[in-house]
Parts: sequence; C-alpha cells; structure tokens
Amino acid sequence: MGEDFETVIGLECHVELSTRTKMFCGCRNEFGAPPNTNVCPVCLGLPGSLPVPNERAIEYIVRIGLALDCEILRYSLFHRKNYFYPDMPKNFQISQYDLPICVKGHLDVQVDGQTHRVGITRVHMEEDTGKTTHAGASGRIAQAEYALIDYNRAGVPLVEVVSEPDIRSPEVARAYFNELRSTLEALDVSDVRMEEGSLRCDANISVRPAGSPEYGTKVEIKNLNSVRSLERALKYEQERQVAALRTGEKLVQETRHFDEGTGTTHTLRSKEEAFDYRYFPEPDLPPLEPDTEWVEKIRGALPELPAARRARFERELGLAPRQTTLVGASKATADFLEEAIDLGAPAAAVANWMTQDLSGLLNKARIELPESKVTPQHIADLIRLVEESTISVTAAKQVLEEAFETGKPIEEIVETRGLRQVTDTSALEAWVVEAIAENPEPVEQFRAGKDGAINFLVGQVMKKSRGAANVRTVQELLRAKLSGS
Amino acid sequence: MPVEIDIDHVAKLARLDLTAEEKERLRAQLGLILEYAAKVGEAAGADVPPSAYAIPRANVLRPDEPVPSLSREEVLANAPEREADRFKVPPIAEVG
Repeated sequence: MGEDFETVIGLECHVELSTRTKMFCGCRNEFGAPPNTNVCPVCLGLPGSLPVPNERAIEYIVRIGLALDCEILRYSLFHRKNYFYPDMPKNFQISQYDLPICVKGHLDVQVDGQTHRVGITRVHMEEDTGKTTHAGASGRIAQAEYALIDYNRAGVPLVEVVSEPDIRSPEVARAYFNELRSTLEALDVSDVRMEEGSLRCDANISVRPAGSPEYGTKVEIKNLNSVRSLERALKYEQERQVAALRTGEKLVQETRHFDEGTGTTHTLRSKEEAFDYRYFPEPDLPPLEPDTEWVEKIRGALPELPAARRARFERELGLAPRQTTLVGASKATADFLEEAIDLGAPAAAVANWMTQDLSGLLNKARIELPESKVTPQHIADLIRLVEESTISVTAAKQVLEEAFETGKPIEEIVETRGLRQVTDTSALEAWVVEAIAENPEPVEQFRAGKDGAINFLVGQVMKKSRGAANVRTVQELLRAKLSGS
Repeated sequence: MPVEIDIDHVAKLARLDLTAEEKERLRAQLGLILEYAAKVGEAAGADVPPSAYAIPRANVLRPDEPVPSLSREEVLANAPEREADRFKVPPIAEVG
C-alpha cells in the first residue's frame, strides 16, 4: 500500500461465554445439542415469561472489562434492540445501548517489537441469536427457498468487545485479535473457538490520505471465520479502497461479505437506509449496580494475563522477546512450555524446540498445538536424551517427527529406530576404515594439510551409521587413523 | 398538548401495511397515548431523575444453575411451519 494513504481499522468481537446456562433463563448453554432441545418460554418470548440475568455471566463480563482496563459503570441498563428477523422469536434482542457495563479500556499488542495501544470503546452484555440455515437449491442466502431455525443458541450469553478505530494495519488487527483471544482464554470465560462460533469478529475499515484528520468512507466486513481470514480480508479491502481513491471512484458506506475461496469481499447490503432499532430500556430487567467491593473482589481474583506471563518468561526464564511472543501466543503454548520445564527441561531448550521444529511440523500439518499428539513429556524426554548424548540432534529431529505422527513415547521411538548414538569405538572403527579406503582423494587432501577435508569423511561415516554415530568420536577416530598410518 | 406522530415511519418500522383510514385512526390514538404518558413529566419535580422503572430495584440475578427446558414438541407447537426438528420460515433476503 502507498505511503500516501493511512488505513483506519476498528474491530467488533463477539464472545460467547462458557456459562452452564443461558443469559436470561436456566436452559443449558451447550454447543452441538440436538436442535430446539435447549429452549423454554423465555427463549421464545412467550407472554408472561420473565428474563432474569445469569449472575456468573455478569461476573465474567466484569472480569473481561477489568482485564481490558475498563471502567465498570456503577449503573448499567439492558435495552431491547428491535428488528424483524426470525433468528430471535420475540422480534428483539436484549442488548445494551448507552449504559454498557464496561467502558473506556485498552489492550496493548506487540508487532515486530513495537507496542500498539488499542482503545476499547465498550464491552457490553447481550444474548446470542438462534442459528439459521438457508435451504434451497443453491444454499446461498439470496436464492434460498426457505430458512430453518434452531433456537438452542438464542439467549446464550454474548459479550461484544468494541475497539476504537485505533488500528492502522491488518497486521496490528491480527495481533489485537490474537491478544484478545488469549486474554479471554486466560480469563477462562469462553471456549474462544472460532470454528464453533464462540468467538466471532466483524471489522470496520476505511482509508484516508495520510495526515487527514477526517475518516474516510467506512466499510464493515462480515464472515471472518478465522484469524487468517481477518487479515486477508483487511489486506484486500485496504487495497481495493486505496485503488478506488486513486482513480477517483466514490466509495460507499456498506457491509461487505468476505469470500474465503476467492479472498475478495463483495457487497452484502446497502446501508443507505440506516437501521432504526428503536432501542428502549428492557422493562423486565432492573438496572445493574455492581458495588465496589464485588468489583474489587473480581479484580483481586484475576489470573495472570498473557502480557504479564510473557514478561515473566523473559524475566525469570531468560527467553528472548521474539520467543515469548510465539510461546506466549496462547494459553495452550504457554502451559506447554511451563509443563515441559516442570518435567526438568531447561526453558531455553524447550522454547527452541517449540518455536523451531515443533512449530514447523504444526505449520506443515496446519494444526494448532493442542490438536497435535506431541506432549510436554515428549519435548522434555527429547531434550534430556540429546543432553545425555544418547541421541544426536539430527536423530532427535527425526524422533520428534515420528512422535508428531504417532504420539509414541520418545524412548520407544529411539529404540525401535536404533537411533541410540554409537560411541563405542570398536563399532565405529570398521566404518572409519571403510570411509578412508573408499575416499582416497579427501584422504590425500587432508594429509596434504587441508584440514577441512576431514568433514567429508566424517559425513561418510555418519551416513554409514545412519546418523547413529557420535560426531565427536568419529572425528577423533578419523584423525587418529589418518595421522597414525 | 397533542403529540405529532409520523405514522408512515412507525408503520414501516412495524412492518404494517395500513390503509389511509387506519393510519388516521392510529395516528390519533397513538397521539393520545403519548399525550397521556407525557403527564408523568409534568408531575415529576426537577429532583426526580428519569427512570424506565416504577420500582427502585437493582441487581436481580439468578445463579448459573440449569433447569429443564421445554420438550421439543412443546417448543415447536406454535411454529407456523416446521421441517423435522426446526422452525421453517420464509426465505430471508436481507440480513438484520
């Protein structure tokens, strides 16, 4: 993108809370239950039903607000957001309007060693909607013949985290989203599974001439189902808008849909007519007035947050910032590191294996660490065997690959594949003699004073041993033989 | 003091297709209702903050404990149409 334009991004993230029950009734909050089995008169908005907020959900949103350094309002209201769409059987969604529970926070994120502070406008409480399936020949919304609805999700506690338009690049947007996800994970308030919809994100993006005080025309992007999609969609949209501005094309404020197949966005609906949701205070729900003592008790019980944990890894474990960024990217990876350390492995070695070979295997298989068969025990064992010179580093890499594939214990893999290093001189001697006999040229060069020629011979012996020989022992033996005879 | 109502806008928001005669009648009726409600404002002194609630209560919460839901047959009993276990509704052209 050109230097003469600046991108402005804000994100709206929706988080389903992992409470046992829904937001306003005692129906179970569970993913994957048979359709319409977790539904009651409150979910359906039947006459006479009365919603009552879930205490744990309120505690969770306060936890989120405090972790994002928000102010917790002493007086907060639920509002009805009215609209006609069958995903809510009562024709409105209970949400919050001008008095959300948490306001004015921020989240610091790191990109390439630089800290970016992203303001949090608000964090509010609402209920999720039912799940709509568009049915018909093509499966596309526009051509659907009818829609089928499952109200199990209607009423599930949903927290919306709205950022300020403080983000200036798709990379920072991704970092913000990842940091928010790992923060929510550390708080233990949500499953944060994008593929199950428990964490969702819409992005607002505009571009403007660099230095301009006014915002450009804003576009909202929907259907961002992964972190990768978020970054791709923003990059595409940034370029599309800059190209439009360069050619003098007029941009319209609209909602665009991201197509993962093509990596492009297209118009979803026109925003020419602003939606009038006729928000009004939910008469069935009295105000929330969290008292200071309760809020401070929640603050006191906050767990260590990802940023603090990374700082501790640097301070106490001596890891480099680049490593802590990778290892501290999620609760799962940070837990993995600490478990391997608890099993006796040195921190630096664990971090190296995690950020290099293991990370490479995960990328190749396109999976995340918790989905892989490799455990902290595997890494701790691997490191111990290398340190004891039982296996070579080269062999250790092969062992890790097999552990990644099969999940078998490290020692078992080492034994079955015969990778235990041979340091026993008598076993190595035959290979050394062979290598010398088969390679007269390097032997001559070495004897003529070219010391580096020995490396070729070492390689030959290693090959014969199929990597099982100890390099140092091989070198010593070769030198002894070549200078002795 | 009569309150003016933009009945066309209100009808559109409520997805109602009203005849001219209905619009006139409802405009008058809604105006009267708002006029009546406005009396509260006259009665309340400057020291009474606006409230959406008649009773001063706050923090009415319930514990996060599951209670049984309705049976699926009961849930679907009022569905205008159903297909297997789900509500069946007309196609949705616009996303709200």
